Amino acid sequence: MLSVENLHVSYGAIKALHGINLNVPKGSIVTLIGANGAGKSTTLRCLSGLVKCTTGSIKYEEKEISKMPPHLIVASGLCHVPEGRMVFSNLTVQENLRMGAYLQLDTKWISSQTDYVFGLFPRLKERRSQNAGTLSGGEQQMLAIGRALLSKPKFLMLDEPSLGIAPLLVKSIFERIVEINREQGLTILLIEQNANLALEVSSYAYVLESGKIMVEGPSAVVKADPQVQAAYLGA
Amino acid sequence: MDWFLQQAINGLGLGAIYALIALGYTMVYGVLRFINFAHSDVLMLGAFTALYVAPQIEKVAGAESPVGCVMVFVVAAAVCACIGMLIERLAYRPLRNRPKLAVLITAIGVSLLIEYTAQNEKVFGSAPQPFPKLLSDYEINLGNLVVSSNDILTVGVTIVLLVAMWWIVQKTRVGTAMRAVSYNQQAAALMGVPVDKIISFTFGLGSALAAIAGVLYAMKAPGIEPLMGVQPGLRAFVAAVLGGIGNLPGAVLGGFLLGLLETFAGGIPGLSNYRDAIAFGILILILLLKPAGLLGRSTIEKV
Repeated sequence: MLSVENLHVSYGAIKALHGINLNVPKGSIVTLIGANGAGKSTTLRCLSGLVKCTTGSIKYEEKEISKMPPHLIVASGLCHVPEGRMVFSNLTVQENLRMGAYLQLDTKWISSQTDYVFGLFPRLKERRSQNAGTLSGGEQQMLAIGRALLSKPKFLMLDEPSLGIAPLLVKSIFERIVEINREQGLTILLIEQNANLALEVSSYAYVLESGKIMVEGPSAVVKADPQVQAAYLGA
Repeated sequence: MDWFLQQAINGLGLGAIYALIALGYTMVYGVLRFINFAHSDVLMLGAFTALYVAPQIEKVAGAESPVGCVMVFVVAAAVCACIGMLIERLAYRPLRNRPKLAVLITAIGVSLLIEYTAQNEKVFGSAPQPFPKLLSDYEINLGNLVVSSNDILTVGVTIVLLVAMWWIVQKTRVGTAMRAVSYNQQAAALMGVPVDKIISFTFGLGSALAAIAGVLYAMKAPGIEPLMGVQPGLRAFVAAVLGGIGNLPGAVLGGFLLGLLETFAGGIPGLSNYRDAIAFGILILILLLKPAGLLGRSTIEKV
């Protein structure tokens, strides 16, 4: 569904990605793990059009999207839940969800999808008229995912959904992610520092180090790799 | 008492113009977090647009007809909306991701460029030109008080436009997008908001407001010239800060307050030469007590 070839990204003189190749098949959960500063977020930001690559190609559903502006990429169903959540803290939960549905014109679909999100994360329903800034970190993460679901995604990219969240909530959020993948048939590309968790839910994994893919393979194989175990799994 | 009320009426008429200009400053600031210093020159261009199209429209609609007057306002607003969007596209957008200081200096540059180009004899020339009468102006006497119909028009237009702007920002889809862009451009883009178009639209709207303010100002002024926007522009900027920059009702409140302060200070015998000093002195006091402005909320920058 998504294939990335030889992706290079620079911030001024600093090279962040040195030729990355990725392949995400339809309906799968693929994860990208790696240390801080390895280029994980940059990869996602490049896929959603927030950062432009210097060279390389990004093909999404057979279409080249590397030169497209972010709002058109979202319109084609590739949605990005950014690192640090970036919920609109000056808007209410409900208004945030409405923002997610900015491009959707079918009000019936919006209300049924909103109900689906409230079913997925009942906590959001309780706080629907509260300002998003007053939510806890975990609730904001739920809202960020819910908001993305209202953009009618076919392909969801999640950047560090466990970051700064209480462990109990992390578990429940990851269960929801798997549920979304199964029930809505969404393809998911997941970035995580918590490699154990990411390898558990995904079918295929890439390990990123200093802007290069060091290891890749089925998640179970990557999990057994002694190098990966030493560096990322604390074994 | 009569003196007091008369000054209040005059002050409201002046303040309404400041308020309209301040609305434009504050809208652009709300979305982009920067002061568009060329705003006061767009105001001047609005007045000159009216100067040139008014005789043509008069031929069609008749002299001093209300329909013709509305047409002049609409044309000036439309022309300036285009100019505003063009300025944003050519001067500010290329610097979008640069330090704010670079954009600020560019804005001053654009302002000077427009002013000095306009002063060229082949363009408008630097001598004041008489502004055509768009609407017959009459005075209404209320006891000992005199109210000019122009002032009523100005105050009315300002209030209607404030309500319209508030409605656009709070109630419409494009307004929601403006608020989202204001909060975080990248997050807004990830929701499918076309950030460039929204910013362009904001500039268009702000510039149309400046044009309307420019025409209203010209209707009261003895003549118009290329630097006519500088003084009211500066005051409106102060008004926007006073009301809480980025806040629409705040801009209007600040504008009216500044107009009133100036008129009252100017009306006290023996002090009229100090009217700006008094008005701005009071402003400094208010800002010392409320640094975020009257209606602004102070935000704590998270690091």
